[in-house]
Amino acid sequence: MAMNYNAKDEVDGGPPCAPGGTAKTRRPDNTAFKQQRLPAWQPILTAGTVLPIFFIIGLIFIPIGIGIFVTSNNIREIEGNVFMYYGLSNFYQNHRRYVKSRDDSQLNGDSSALLNPSKECEPYRRNEDKPIAPCGAIANSMFNDTLELFLIGNDSYPVPITLKKKGIAWWTDKNVKFRNPPGGDNLEERFKGTTKPVNWLKPVYMLDSDPDNNGFINEDFIVWMRTAALPTFRKLYRLIERKSDLHPTLPAGRYSLNITYNYPVHYFDGRKRMILSTISWMGGKNPFLGIAYIAVGSISFLLGVVLLVINHKYRNSSNTADITI
Amino acid sequence: MSNALPQTNMMLFLFQDNRIHTSKYSILTFLPINLFEQFQRVANAYFLCLLILQLIPEISSLTWFTTIVPLVLVITMTAVKDATDDYFRHKSDNQVNNRQSEVLIDSKLQNEKWMNVKVGDIIKLENNQFVAADLLLLSSSEPHGLCYVETAELDGETNLKVRHALSVTSELGADINRLARFDGIVVCEVPNNKLDKFMGILSWKDSKHSLNNEKIILRGCILRNTSWCFGMVIFAGPDTKLMQNSGKTKFKRTSIDRLMNTLVLWIFGFLICLGIILAIGNSIWESQIGDQFRTFLFWNEGEKSSVFSGFLTFWSYIIILNTVVPISLYVSVEVIRLGHSYFINWDRKMYYSRKATPAEARTTTLSEELGQIEYIFSDKTGTLTQNIMTFRRCSINGRIYGEVPDDLDQKTEITQKKEPVDFSVKSQVDREFQFFDHNLMESIKMGDPKVHEFLRVLALCHTVMSEENSAGELIYQVQSPDEGALVTAARNFGFIFKSRTPETITIEELGTLVTYQLLAFLDFNNTRKRMSVIVRNPEGQIKLYSKGADTILFEKLHPSNEVLLSLTSDHLSEFAGEGLRTLAIAYRDLDDKYFKEWHKMVEDANAATEERDERIAGLYEEIERDLMLLGATAVEDKLQEGVMETVASLSLANIKIWVLTGDKQETAINIGYACNMLTDDMNDVFVIAGNNAVEVREELRKAKENLSGQNRNVSNGHVVCEKKQQLELDSIVEETVTGDYALIINGHSLAHALESDVKNDLLELACMCKTVVCCRVTPLQKAQVVELVKKYRNAVTLAIGDGANDVSMIKSAHIGVGISGQEGLQAVLASDYSFAQFRYLQRLLLVHGRWSYFRMCKFLCYFFYKNFAFTLVHFWFGFFCGFSAQTVYDQWFITLFNIVYTSLPVLAMGIFDQDVSDQNSMDCPQLYEPGQLNLLFNKRKFFICVLHGIYTSIALFFIPYGAFYNVAGEDGQHIADYQSFAVTMATSLVIVVSVQIRRWQKAQKKARPPSSQRPRTRRSSSRRSGYAFAHQEGYGELITSGKNMRTKNPPPTSGLEKTHYNSTSWIENLCKKTTETVSSFSQDKTVKL
Repeated sequence: MAMNYNAKDEVDGGPPCAPGGTAKTRRPDNTAFKQQRLPAWQPILTAGTVLPIFFIIGLIFIPIGIGIFVTSNNIREIEGNVFMYYGLSNFYQNHRRYVKSRDDSQLNGDSSALLNPSKECEPYRRNEDKPIAPCGAIANSMFNDTLELFLIGNDSYPVPITLKKKGIAWWTDKNVKFRNPPGGDNLEERFKGTTKPVNWLKPVYMLDSDPDNNGFINEDFIVWMRTAALPTFRKLYRLIERKSDLHPTLPAGRYSLNITYNYPVHYFDGRKRMILSTISWMGGKNPFLGIAYIAVGSISFLLGVVLLVINHKYRNSSNTADITI
Repeated sequence: MSNALPQTNMMLFLFQDNRIHTSKYSILTFLPINLFEQFQRVANAYFLCLLILQLIPEISSLTWFTTIVPLVLVITMTAVKDATDDYFRHKSDNQVNNRQSEVLIDSKLQNEKWMNVKVGDIIKLENNQFVAADLLLLSSSEPHGLCYVETAELDGETNLKVRHALSVTSELGADINRLARFDGIVVCEVPNNKLDKFMGILSWKDSKHSLNNEKIILRGCILRNTSWCFGMVIFAGPDTKLMQNSGKTKFKRTSIDRLMNTLVLWIFGFLICLGIILAIGNSIWESQIGDQFRTFLFWNEGEKSSVFSGFLTFWSYIIILNTVVPISLYVSVEVIRLGHSYFINWDRKMYYSRKATPAEARTTTLSEELGQIEYIFSDKTGTLTQNIMTFRRCSINGRIYGEVPDDLDQKTEITQKKEPVDFSVKSQVDREFQFFDHNLMESIKMGDPKVHEFLRVLALCHTVMSEENSAGELIYQVQSPDEGALVTAARNFGFIFKSRTPETITIEELGTLVTYQLLAFLDFNNTRKRMSVIVRNPEGQIKLYSKGADTILFEKLHPSNEVLLSLTSDHLSEFAGEGLRTLAIAYRDLDDKYFKEWHKMVEDANAATEERDERIAGLYEEIERDLMLLGATAVEDKLQEGVMETVASLSLANIKIWVLTGDKQETAINIGYACNMLTDDMNDVFVIAGNNAVEVREELRKAKENLSGQNRNVSNGHVVCEKKQQLELDSIVEETVTGDYALIINGHSLAHALESDVKNDLLELACMCKTVVCCRVTPLQKAQVVELVKKYRNAVTLAIGDGANDVSMIKSAHIGVGISGQEGLQAVLASDYSFAQFRYLQRLLLVHGRWSYFRMCKFLCYFFYKNFAFTLVHFWFGFFCGFSAQTVYDQWFITLFNIVYTSLPVLAMGIFDQDVSDQNSMDCPQLYEPGQLNLLFNKRKFFICVLHGIYTSIALFFIPYGAFYNVAGEDGQHIADYQSFAVTMATSLVIVVSVQIRRWQKAQKKARPPSSQRPRTRRSSSRRSGYAFAHQEGYGELITSGKNMRTKNPPPTSGLEKTHYNSTSWIENLCKKTTETVSSFSQDKTVKL
């Protein structure tokens, strides 16, 4: 005998039990998203796919590394444009207190910021009740040695080499981020009511005679304001342009460097350097990248060989899936 | 206290009004309260502290927006969520508070909003109306002040319940004037949350009347089948039992949460170490180098000593390095869990179309713990079994009826097909003859008085309500399905229960209507385990009809029943052996005088306030003796669909299933066999049934000795791999047990075994057994068992149940699962996950749980890796910038790194990634084990992630460092400036960590090649661990026994065989890696070889 007793069925009786109608609305949608059936790609690592990758990495990286290394080492001959850098070491341009001690809106020519610089500039914000322009520790410590290069010819009479002052700063810095305050033609007039940074010898509107390279848009100043990432750094100082294709830019000979010494470095164990360099397609001289590429490529290649040997040795005793464990 | 009494107005101040607030905030209080709540979370408070630190200019190494942007984002999101939740609560509050009800004011019925109803008011309710407050029922439209209520909102039970007014008040009827003059005083208990108990006394017209639960209509009920009724408000608003029950649920956390908290603490420790190193570096730098550098690098105001500078630098670095534990970690984890719970809600394979119930993740914060379950505590009734009762057999006067011929399976199918059964009598009778014993029908026709009496008891002694639906069919509404089955059985044999009033019961006996006068109703409760009715039949005889648990009822029999008793108990054990639920049936003839005396005493006892229950119980006890046995009934408790397959599959996943049931030992054991949790080839089944502490302890000791003794002898048994990892707790030394054992313990013994000194013995023994069945346990004991395992095994537990008696266990387990079944919704309301069928548990754990765990672990590994790689670059940079807490990256990059630059890939991985398909994880339950063993994210994994992050940060810093050293651009301009350096590093960081996301996935792949590949490669291998072998045997038995053939779609056996091959080597690897069981494993293997 079978008399099923289902209390629920009887009590409900009404609509909830009806198979259609309400049932349809509560049934979850049959979509790929809701049912977790979205298409997926699952790479399965086997000896067959992993080994070639190692070898390919090795084969690509080693030549690149060698190329970079060789190019980097070849940057020696003084042909084409020559770049003149000054270098400082042990100078912490990346110190937090130093980095933030500037007022970008003042440097952008904002007239209110010119007379009322940001608090970040303290303690180089005001001097003798006048706002400092440009304010802050970075501007205050601007490199102000003057370097002059002479070629000493056969007659022992030094011929000055033309050093180009413009074109050493980033275009965006020169044209966007740095602007002189608005006003009349006279730059001195525009900076009226401000005073020079404490360490500076002359005010900002007297940095250069060329009006297009004076004040905040002086390129030496802009270069200095772009702070270095590391305590030993070099910054572009001048360009020596090639005059003609026939003659090398700096022909072999004796040169003399004349330094007007304004910038003290000895008391913080710093050193000043002057570097003359050409550049190649990959920029200045730096062997590191080449070595890094060669190293990574070699390691990858070596690993590939090792895995290949292991794979060959154990292929028979185990299945391929295990080899990747 | 009625509204008529002036002095009670004073007292009204003490009572709550009927307005309810489930909402937390108002417009004014929202901001302060919500913010206060949010900042109580450690993470938020921590970030607030950081923010405050950043506002100090000397310390601030990052601008304020780096912290405030994510913090505001997170807090706003949470606040919006809280606000919408609360808005809906407000809306529902308002809707409820503004419901109208008819209140008797100034001798007139007036419509009044619910919120204005006060204690003492008299309310008129109409059919199908919600009850506004807890009412004392005064009168109703039905005779004798009867009314029917549905309590679905209170306890989820959809059957009707009867309430009846005191006869003195029911005389008031609908007479408004008399009702308005009603001035009774009710003295009652203080507001509480017991839904089924009420104690009080009504004093009215110089007499006192006792009040109990039967006289009370609770707020939340719906009036049914009653055209109107009047009631007086006793409890209003927050005092009502409904509101008293809406307590806060316990906040559950997952083990990953806890691990994460520990790790976050470690990281803070690590952070402080780094901070100290850098601070010392700063002090030294300031005194050695910075001192000489003073012209260019000034001192800050008030920062004139290098030591103080170091101190400030420490805090600055704490701010910079805090991104190791970014706020977005917590948010992302929540988002991922939310996604996982939506996937559970959306799963069509967990949708039960018969009841139109989808699975529901009621808690969204536990999903990955579903992948780590080690113990399942299951209720039996309604969970493993359908709670559909089928009247199978009976024993009347020593004779068994309903011995079914051998085609048992066929019969079940037939009944299933014809559901719902058509109960119209004639067709029913016709159908019976097809597959039921003819003898019973013949006995009825021959007019065997015992058989008639037996069926009469079934038709009279019950709590079923009858109702005729629109088609004129008789519909029964039952409280327990057992009763429903019995009454329906009687109905089919010609004893049709027609209708009842509080004082009469009308049945149709073989075609003639007979009305019995109901003199007393001795209701069922858990201690009595029986119910009786005392009726006067038309001939004037008074009879007591009783049915109840055999053990109880047999003690009450008249000595003359001895022969019948032994015969019947033989039958009963036969029934129990078949897994049927049994009840004994008995009657007693009473004489008028005796009954009247007894009845008087009952009435006295009823009016008493003290010890009323005890006195009444005593009186019941007195009249229910010298019973004459009639026989016994046997009702089949059908298993839920797919229970066997689910149990088998879950035990393959090394999840232990304990059955905790209130049912009797025999039935519980029987269900155990039916579900394949107990098998005949188990080495031993220990039954603990001691009655006192000493006996229980003895039995436990003996069982343990037995077990370890056998263990030495049995060499080719099966290995039960126990988790060794977490045994740093207590003194439980675990042995690796060979062989299958089962433990069966009953409630009495459990009470003793749970005492502190025997507890460990019990736990040790239970954990060595494959199956544990606890029978006759109370709801509290269920919770105690769960707590025991939770506490001493440190294992993740899951409790699954469907009824109110499972609520405590569901609440105390790590994860509670409610079956939206037939006993009501209470379990579901207390649960974290709910679905309609036990078999969905398999999918919930093996698919959703496993995926959640894998995804969460991968996500955490990757997230910690990513942030270490990101943050530690600052540490290396510290050595080159004078330890000045200068950041490497741009401020905005730091702000947005976690919430923009790297958030989506990792979120997508955390939500969508699937290492193996759902089908594979169902087919190969062994894949579940890494979760149990905590293999994918633990302290070791964390260290690997951290080391990997440190390595990446070194590469990220020093390779650009080398490349940027004295470098110039192709136009000769220097590009080694800070900005270019920062951008380069940030770009490579984003690329590297985004590529690493693939690597993390690959790493997982390496550890676990897709199983679809494996069978082919492993098939030829003859190496099998004993582990997999054991599982295969278990399954073979299942298949050969044919037990699983009952279901419509038997599991693909070939596929299952494959899975055993798959898992072998993988499991071996896992065990070798993590546990100390290597030796036992290899030993076993050599035996096999």
